Amino acid sequence: MKWALAGALVALIALPAVLSSYALTLFILIFFYGFLGQAWNIVGGYAGQLSAGHAAFVGVGGYTAAVLSIELQLTPWIGMLVGGALAALLGAIIGYLGFRFGLRGFYFVLLTVAFAEICRVAVSNIDALGGPLGLYITFTGNPRQFQFQDGRAYYYIALALMLVATVTAWAIERRRFGVYLAAIREDEAAAEALGVNAFKYKMLAMVVSSFLTGLGGTFYAFYLFSLQPNTLFGIPLSVEIIIRPIVGGAGTLLGPILGSFILTPLAEISRLYLGQGGLHGAHLIAYGVLLIGVVLFLPEGAYPRLKRALARTSAER
Amino acid sequence: MTLVLQGVVSGLLFGGVYSLMAVGLTLIFGVMRVVNFAHGDMMVWGMYVAYMLATRAGVDPYVGFVVCAGALFALGFLVQRGLVDRIISAPHEMQILMMLGVALVLENVALIAFGPEPTRVRSPLAAAAVWLGPIFVDVARLVTFVVAVALTLSLWVFLFKTDLGRTIRAAADNTYGALVIGTDVRRVYAVAFGVGAACVGAAGALVSPILPFQPPTGLSLSVASFNIVIIGGMGSLLGAFVGGLLVSLAESLGAVFLKPSLKELFSFSLLIVILLLRPAGLFGRRAS
Repeated sequence: MKWALAGALVALIALPAVLSSYALTLFILIFFYGFLGQAWNIVGGYAGQLSAGHAAFVGVGGYTAAVLSIELQLTPWIGMLVGGALAALLGAIIGYLGFRFGLRGFYFVLLTVAFAEICRVAVSNIDALGGPLGLYITFTGNPRQFQFQDGRAYYYIALALMLVATVTAWAIERRRFGVYLAAIREDEAAAEALGVNAFKYKMLAMVVSSFLTGLGGTFYAFYLFSLQPNTLFGIPLSVEIIIRPIVGGAGTLLGPILGSFILTPLAEISRLYLGQGGLHGAHLIAYGVLLIGVVLFLPEGAYPRLKRALARTSAER
Repeated sequence: MTLVLQGVVSGLLFGGVYSLMAVGLTLIFGVMRVVNFAHGDMMVWGMYVAYMLATRAGVDPYVGFVVCAGALFALGFLVQRGLVDRIISAPHEMQILMMLGVALVLENVALIAFGPEPTRVRSPLAAAAVWLGPIFVDVARLVTFVVAVALTLSLWVFLFKTDLGRTIRAAADNTYGALVIGTDVRRVYAVAFGVGAACVGAAGALVSPILPFQPPTGLSLSVASFNIVIIGGMGSLLGAFVGGLLVSLAESLGAVFLKPSLKELFSFSLLIVILLLRPAGLFGRRAS
């Protein structure tokens, strides 16, 4: 397993040499959504606190870095960290409100959705942030401005982001922290009875997750050169963030990445083939049917299934 | 002052629709513990059914809402039977994923069938208005409010005074107990989902002459109903009813005092205040 992963990593590092520019874009999206999914996985998967408003952190992170860069000429490389910190602060506020009262399950889901919507409405109404039209970033091609002439730079940044989130998740999983989170997810009352401070660990998971997601906001903004409240804070982005880890297997280390490798190409290919010919929305119908199919036929996610299949083949050998 | 009073009146009148919409959501949640993420999209389908009835058959939406409720009952019944029933005991995230899938399908089928342009259903009532002293009362809003409240009341009668309604509440309170005394819980669930969808279908038809709509409207309606249901207390019918009026009032006053595009901020602030002071919602039992 370890060698397979190392091999996959080497292959991914070497891959841009042979990729077409379309395939490069596809991989950038796979890594980026894999990264966001992995960041969500820390609180949504391992801790089992289903946040459906993670777009708020992308938005806060992206807007912070963009405003700092446009107004104060601060390099987005630092703005990224500031954005992450502000996203973590927002995560702490949402977590405090939700966890302090033990809001669980769907209650927490709806709380997070509401917060993301508050942010969206607020940002749409702040003229300094461009209102509903958002902000645009002029292309300079200057690496200091997080801009690159060569698309491969974005490829390696997206890959690095995905690796950072995955290593973070791995480190959490291996430590006591991860065990506490699993205990809270499976039975919070029992975990508390054993002396686990559920509030503290859920808060920690939320803060780490929102910080990482906030970093992603900078990438999103500076890769697309534009920020609109409806795309950066909108529910559709939150949905994109959560479906990959769930499809791949929430609370597993490789689930979010596997989910992104499955769903991102499917979404892009169906957009390419069904999105044309005047039938807007046909690819989203296909996507919706796919989600329903996953729930009906792969209810635990793809990764646990794959792992069992691999274990079976290696046992036969 | 008149402006504020005007805001209060139109807010309360519009609130009837919000209440009906939220009652449908809370019924589905209360019985099955499933959040219907496709709720707003079902409402939009109610609007489009009313639109088709009005344009193809000349049926006024204030009559056609009965048909819309029936059509949405069938849709809700089928969604429960065909999909939700299979994942009723699956983890939360799987239920959310499935309902998001349903929402995507409903929204985009509507997009292909009806196009992206905002639509409104014409009704002769929508142009009429009466003056109560200095206050202007939109007749369409008034009728919408009266019908929506009447429907909510009849749902209450159905749940508390009929055998089927009592069975639904029994299955909601204690599924196992209901099974033990021989209740066909699967049928009860399908009926409850159907009734919840019928509520939102009727709400959609009633609001279709007032509120311009397009397929993506469903998402914001879903979010509005989530907001109302948390404020009122999840699973509480009375809470959903009162919450609907409150949220509509807050939005209406927000539009008066600030700019209309900020109105949602008011209802969300209400949500945060409620969460701080009464996390289980106005009429909810404390979350355990």
